[in-house]
Amino acid sequence: MSATHLRGKAAFVGAATFGCGEAPGYTAMELAAEAGRLAVEDAGLKLSDIDGLFICLPNDFLSGLTIAEYYGIRPKMTNNSRTGGSAFLTHAEWAMLALDAGLIDYALICYGSNQRSGAGKLVSAQAPSPFEFPYRPNNPVASYALAASRHMHEFGTTSEQLASVAVAARQWANLNPEAFKQGPLSIEDVLATRLVADPLHVADCCLVTDGAAAVVLTRADRAKDGPKTPISLLGAASATWHTEIAQLADLTVSAAKESGERAFAQAGLTPADIDVVNLYDAFTINTILFLEDLSFCPKGEGGRFVASGAIAPGGSLPVNTNGGGLSFCHPGMYGLFTLVESIRQLRGEAGDRQIAAAKLALAHGNGGTLSSQATCILGLPETV
Amino acid sequence: MTQAPPTATYFKHLAEGRFMIQRSPSTGEWVFYPRMVAPVSGVADLEWMEPSGLGTVYAATVKRVKPPAPNISIAIIELDEGPRLMTHVQGIEADQVRIGMRVRARIVDGLDDNKIVIFEPEIAA
Repeated sequence: MSATHLRGKAAFVGAATFGCGEAPGYTAMELAAEAGRLAVEDAGLKLSDIDGLFICLPNDFLSGLTIAEYYGIRPKMTNNSRTGGSAFLTHAEWAMLALDAGLIDYALICYGSNQRSGAGKLVSAQAPSPFEFPYRPNNPVASYALAASRHMHEFGTTSEQLASVAVAARQWANLNPEAFKQGPLSIEDVLATRLVADPLHVADCCLVTDGAAAVVLTRADRAKDGPKTPISLLGAASATWHTEIAQLADLTVSAAKESGERAFAQAGLTPADIDVVNLYDAFTINTILFLEDLSFCPKGEGGRFVASGAIAPGGSLPVNTNGGGLSFCHPGMYGLFTLVESIRQLRGEAGDRQIAAAKLALAHGNGGTLSSQATCILGLPETV
Repeated sequence: MTQAPPTATYFKHLAEGRFMIQRSPSTGEWVFYPRMVAPVSGVADLEWMEPSGLGTVYAATVKRVKPPAPNISIAIIELDEGPRLMTHVQGIEADQVRIGMRVRARIVDGLDDNKIVIFEPEIAA
């Protein structure tokens, strides 16, 4: 069954980022709270309008309670469920349901992390498995490297093709003044960086930055009252297949295949309809896997597809137009930034990186080690 | 029938020098990692059995570490009985481990107090 009756019932009316790159001195909650405030302001609302709170922070497992107290609001629904970096797209899915059911009127989804200034490395919430930990894999990169090794073995994907993902991300980042990493980057540059877990080099891995993001979601009937063009949520679906990488049946196929199929069915759309894609590129292999699993190219063709220049500025399928987790920012759980960039593109707010006449965007989040996948399809009001 | 603690039992067997995993007599399926209940089928009649110890490299990476310490193989082995597990392939350089390579299990000291299962190329053994 595809939940087509939910298509366009909710819309994003606010979006914001804050502290992307380096935000020394701020706590994770302070960063999230400021992004949340800016998103509420962007929506033309007051904090007291928010009656549904969705959040998860790297260092606070009850962050939903903390931010309610922080804002001094008493939400009807508080959700700090965690699925890793995909959590915020699953939050959008739950918020859509709660809005449609009339349980809440305005949902705020927010995230913030000071992992660069605070910890100096990726902060992971994933509990070590007793069957992985004795081998000390340098996770998460080792798990994604294992998936990459299998993709290379089965489809002949090359290190150069993986590197081309990082190069495309940098080309987009060079058009985004908010991006943390800027400047020229070639395939040779990527391959010259240190190997971390073969075949992945340092430049195949996402950044470690601070940063925060937030979005506001409301029902379609209220969405048109705001100051900005409401961006409709046309489809939202998530899927979970495993947590530790050795338990994934086929390392070349992620649950994005399932979340994507259900999101597209809900939206009544196909990949050919999508104007811009923002997906969670924790590692260069992710972009290849997700483009395949979401059916933007056939399985096994992802390496050749990205190396053709298709996803870079001027290509046939703009992917990660903000520069992604590889070059824009990556404060630990990046998923929410895929929604913010999709909203900005559809609103026409993307400046030098704007995709002309973009009407439909796909945002895709990944959590754990390719474990949780969540897909949202967004569109302008005319697409509903 | 409720299982004895599966995680503890697995490591207890290793401490005794035995690589044992679970198998369901009703479905014939081998299970790893050890569980209270078999995945997918949901059956709970899991018994500890000794697998052949033979398998094939399904995926392989190299954990690059600061010299002079040697790089470390991190691999997923598919046991001949079906289940997969994360492990090290030892006995060859970490960057020489190849997908499809035939390997055999061996029990060695882990970094913690526990014994662990690692794999070595079958022909070298």
